Amino acid sequence: METVVFYVFAALALAGALMVITFKNPVSSALSLVLTLFSTAVLFVLLLAHFVAVIQILVYAGAIMILFLFTVMFLNLKPDALKFESKHLGFKVSALLVILLFVGYFASLGFKKGLYLSNTSTSDIEGFGTVQGVGMSLFTDYLLPFELTSILILVAIIGVVVIAKKRAN
Amino acid sequence: MNIGIEHYLVLSAILFVIGAYGVIVRKNLIIVLMSLELMLNAANLAFVAFSNALGDMTGHVFMIMTITVAAAEVAVGLALLVSIYSHRESLDIDILKLLKG
Repeated sequence: METVVFYVFAALALAGALMVITFKNPVSSALSLVLTLFSTAVLFVLLLAHFVAVIQILVYAGAIMILFLFTVMFLNLKPDALKFESKHLGFKVSALLVILLFVGYFASLGFKKGLYLSNTSTSDIEGFGTVQGVGMSLFTDYLLPFELTSILILVAIIGVVVIAKKRAN
Repeated sequence: MNIGIEHYLVLSAILFVIGAYGVIVRKNLIIVLMSLELMLNAANLAFVAFSNALGDMTGHVFMIMTITVAAAEVAVGLALLVSIYSHRESLDIDILKLLKG
């Protein structure tokens, strides 16, 4: 059962990811990205990360993607604003090869270091992945990073207001 | 549990490659931003998978941090995008070469 769920949603996530980078229309790409994020949330549930899965759907697939869609529709793109010549085939192939080389190199490093872990039964750990468990970790061990995150958001808010503001003159 | 951690890591690596390919090859600024989200999402999957394998919830905390950073990045990126579109009437990433020496 679990195997079937994993493969179905892994396939959906990959399909969504491929659609994101192939569609011409940004709205279609955004909806495909929602598919990928939703499938990833299901995989998080399989990994017993329930709170994180809910956060993924609410914040990522909800709020962030709404922001994307809102902006795309707000811009009111003219059809010829999306028509620019695509890059050469040689460029595409070499880009793909370089990325594969990098990711393959780091993956091989990881496997050589023995990160090939067997799955321990995390379901026995009390409160694993629940709101309580994550919250305890977040507000005790990682309190300083959590507070610094609020500064990051403040900086982002100010930056957005400054960038998007109409020029005075 | 018969699906091992390595399945999730391989899926995460493939998603990351697709995202990185999108960032490099696509010329539409919106889709470049979305591919960036795809890469962050792949990293999140790896974090949560390792968290499960090690029985330690630190990965979940980091995943929440990543979501926050992603939200901030999207907000700033979209603000830049709106500003660029109102100046240039185009989302082609290759018009942004004012800093080219």
